[in-house]
Amino acid sequence: MITIKEYIKAESLEQAYELNQKKKNKIIGGMLWLKMGSGMIDTAIDLCGLGLDKTDETENEFIIGAMTTLRTLETHEGLNEYTNYAFKRAFENIVGVQFRNLATIGGSLWGRYGFSDVLTLLMSLDCSVELYKGGIVPIAQFASMKPDRDIIVRIIIKKVKGSFTYSDMRIQSTDFPVLNCAVSYFDEMWRCSVGARPHKAVLIKDENMILSEKPTAEQAEAFAKTVAEKVSFGSNMRGSAQYRKRLAEVLITRLLTGNGGSEQ
Amino acid sequence: MNIRLKLNGKVISEDIEPDLLLIDLVRKHGCKSVKRGCETANCGLCTVIMNGKPVLSCSVLAARADGQEVFTLEGLQNEASEFIDFIAQQGADQCGFCNPGFVMNTIALLRENPDPTDDEIRAFLSGNLCRCSGYEGQLRGIRNYLDSRKGGDI
Repeated sequence: MITIKEYIKAESLEQAYELNQKKKNKIIGGMLWLKMGSGMIDTAIDLCGLGLDKTDETENEFIIGAMTTLRTLETHEGLNEYTNYAFKRAFENIVGVQFRNLATIGGSLWGRYGFSDVLTLLMSLDCSVELYKGGIVPIAQFASMKPDRDIIVRIIIKKVKGSFTYSDMRIQSTDFPVLNCAVSYFDEMWRCSVGARPHKAVLIKDENMILSEKPTAEQAEAFAKTVAEKVSFGSNMRGSAQYRKRLAEVLITRLLTGNGGSEQ
Repeated sequence: MNIRLKLNGKVISEDIEPDLLLIDLVRKHGCKSVKRGCETANCGLCTVIMNGKPVLSCSVLAARADGQEVFTLEGLQNEASEFIDFIAQQGADQCGFCNPGFVMNTIALLRENPDPTDDEIRAFLSGNLCRCSGYEGQLRGIRNYLDSRKGGDI
């Protein structure tokens, strides 16, 4: 269990940023993962008073505050309509409703967790992360950055004309995923993100144009094989690298041919 | 640090350590229905309703409850009494340890969705673990309660 010497509800992002420059201080999100650790935090910096728990939808984008809970996003009508219920599908098996009422989108992304359903889904969208000092960076770039002392302020999802779908494999619902995949098509390009490999999600684009706009079963299988070859997989108690590789081929083929994946 | 919150309708004020968890605060105030279970935010035993939403009190800093409204089963017994007999009639609460968490989350479910399907009940309650019953008893109990409200056969 962690111990905390001081708790400060930040009054501004600048105050939070300054406090966060000290190595022993920490920003707290939903606190679900942080709580599992041990050690001492000098100052726990809480962003909950900064109005970052809201999602705004405009004509062109969704702007999601970093403290928005996963449950809010799972049940957000606009996001689900836009993504063909990929948000609901990706989040609904994360532990339980009570957990998702606490877990925040900012905390889920900051950890760049290997098991993350959140990162996998967002990487398949036209999505960026707004950092307090680092500005707006594409989510794939954010995922590859080394953790520093910056703060996630918002997540921005551009509304682009396209299609989106998500699927995962769990040994049991509400457990960590063995593998998760999200497939999208926009700007005349198919994209596929693969997570829980068990490493953090990676994005593969169909740069060789294997897929047509409406992929055939053969094209889907060929692309799925290519992705499975490009992505590296690892082994853990939930599955071997070889199993995950085979699973990736199956899930991606299904997503591309409309057999499985997210829907209402 | 000092915090002030509404617990089961009563305003309480307390000097706390910064790392005190909400579960320990509410238990100190006599709310012993809130149980410490897995300590990994997985089992749902410690469910309380904070600002109308079910949350895991084992993972919330008491400091974060400052200025908020928190309910435990002790404060929602009238609401719970509408359906707990239906669950008991199914023998669903065998050792009973998980029961307060299940009841709290069922209250949250029925507030959000007064007429859930069986799949919606399963999905909403999937964060509450029970090691005795296999969940079918709880599901039958809630279903019977919902059917009774519609005047259907039980």
